[in-house]
Amino acid sequence: MSAARSGATASQGRCARLIDWVDERFPLTAMIKEHATEYYAAKNFNAWYVFGVLAIVVLVIQLVTGIFLTMNYKPSATEAFASVEYIMRDVQWGWLIRYMHSTGASAFFIVVYLHMFRALLYGSYKNPRELLWLIGMVIYLALMAEAFMGYLLPWGQMSYWGAQVIVSLFGAIPGVGADLVEWIRGDYFISDITLNRFFALHVAAVPLALVLLVVMHILALHETGSLNPDGIEIKERKDSRGIPLDGVAFHPYYTAKDLVAIVIFFALFAAVVFFAPEMGGYFLEHANFEPANMLKTPEHIAPVWYFTPFYAILRSVPSKGWGAFLMMMAIVLLFFLPWLDRCRVKSIRYRGWTYKLALAVFIVSFVALGYLGLQPATELVYVYAARFFAALYFLFFLLMPLYTSAEKTRPVPERVVYDASH
Amino acid sequence: MSDEADLSRRHFLTVATSVVGGVGVVLTAVPFVASFRPSARAQAMGGPVEVDIGKLEDGAMVRVVWRGRPVWILRRTKDMVGRIEAEPPSLLKDPDSAESEQPDYTRNPLRAIKPDILVVVGVCTHLGCAPIERFDVAPPDLGPDWKGGFYCPCHGSRFDMAGRVMVGSPAPTNLPIPPYRFVGDNMIIIGDDTGAKA
Repeated sequence: MSAARSGATASQGRCARLIDWVDERFPLTAMIKEHATEYYAAKNFNAWYVFGVLAIVVLVIQLVTGIFLTMNYKPSATEAFASVEYIMRDVQWGWLIRYMHSTGASAFFIVVYLHMFRALLYGSYKNPRELLWLIGMVIYLALMAEAFMGYLLPWGQMSYWGAQVIVSLFGAIPGVGADLVEWIRGDYFISDITLNRFFALHVAAVPLALVLLVVMHILALHETGSLNPDGIEIKERKDSRGIPLDGVAFHPYYTAKDLVAIVIFFALFAAVVFFAPEMGGYFLEHANFEPANMLKTPEHIAPVWYFTPFYAILRSVPSKGWGAFLMMMAIVLLFFLPWLDRCRVKSIRYRGWTYKLALAVFIVSFVALGYLGLQPATELVYVYAARFFAALYFLFFLLMPLYTSAEKTRPVPERVVYDASH
Repeated sequence: MSDEADLSRRHFLTVATSVVGGVGVVLTAVPFVASFRPSARAQAMGGPVEVDIGKLEDGAMVRVVWRGRPVWILRRTKDMVGRIEAEPPSLLKDPDSAESEQPDYTRNPLRAIKPDILVVVGVCTHLGCAPIERFDVAPPDLGPDWKGGFYCPCHGSRFDMAGRVMVGSPAPTNLPIPPYRFVGDNMIIIGDDTGAKA
């Protein structure tokens, strides 16, 4: 066998011989085949299927810009705020690197929320992709931890008081709460010590975990295969060579298609970075342009927009313990989605009106809670509205076993289609 | 000696190795977990603070920092004290401060060693924001029922002039009272209450 191979390669170029040399020592070609050139995805992907790739693009942006920011940032209570200003004013192109990083944080959540919505539309979380969904949810948690700890680093007023509010949430845990809060801060208040450890977690521990989780997420995806807008398992119908009839190779077909999405994404991303990096106070909050002052709370504390739906749930409950509990449950329930949804049909194209209505109500509630979480706490109208939408948010999950098991579905086609309207 | 593996012996060794290794991992984790607790320097910086209130006028408040938390010292006027004493308990979540953090020697309706001097930690018991002082009676934004006190701008918690939380606020308990004592008439030591009594 080795003789046959060397005979075949003799006529080929140096490059092929080099690849052969590598393949005998590392499964390079085998990996490229398994995950790209011979990884078959359904041929009817629509635009909703670009957000996974875009999430990886944003992760790379955050890793690269983050590494360059650490070269000039100082994680100390006396120097942090000034070092960020130093990056903005004195470091060559520092403003661009920092704005890419701050815009990247919001872009990450936009892309991830759309990616998760795609899963809700087409049932990407259902059997046999439960683990894929669970790994994705852990990525989402890690991302929230990463964003939260990163937000303390500029040591502005909103950094400081946002951290104060979120860390003290752990104090609501009965029994161990107070000690746990002290343990997280490493001090009797949010101090230099807290900033230093959040820096360590933000730049080393959580990014390492995130990268590892993303690899696991992709491996799990490639084990079950990608689903599609019809919710059909394309592996069930293969040709004589064992290739799914409705599948096309990820490379070059989807790499080329994703490239279009990446170009559009970069155009939008650059537009924000260059023309609206603060995004009217939504990406970089105005209060954060003032250094942290532990004796003066900003008039109005709101987290960055991507946390506000959960923040609105927290605020709508007039009890600290229950508010924190319900906020946590709002995230925990998402983990159980694959088991709460009893409908066998995966894609919304063939599902009944009950799920369509429930999903629409859920999305409206999520966006409404996000809006309400940005508003001041004084208006009673906002408090009642937040309670109303929080109730709808929870009913989406809690009633799901009922309205999905009685669902009247349409017949699912055997092969994928491009237009499901007829 | 037989070629066949002694499976029960192998099982025992696997379990024994896992248990010993597991204990080792847990014990090694102890110093790392414990390193997150406040360091010796952080503990030393949390020592007592002395405040001279000789120049504090009626109705005025002074802020000091103790353990990174703002501590407020307010000299209440007769009028303010009267409004606290007239407050109906039904409007308060914890009128007797049974659930709230405070030393025993301040366990009275005015929550103080001396009736006119309020010493309180200015951190909302809801989520740790700093309430603002709103000593004006019935201002337009807080409504006609407002009798003066502390208002938290974050989530709308309301406290009276003794730092007691009003019914309907998200804050669960009254503003905490730190340990403190008087040395003479005008010197307060915050963080040290040896021999303090009301």
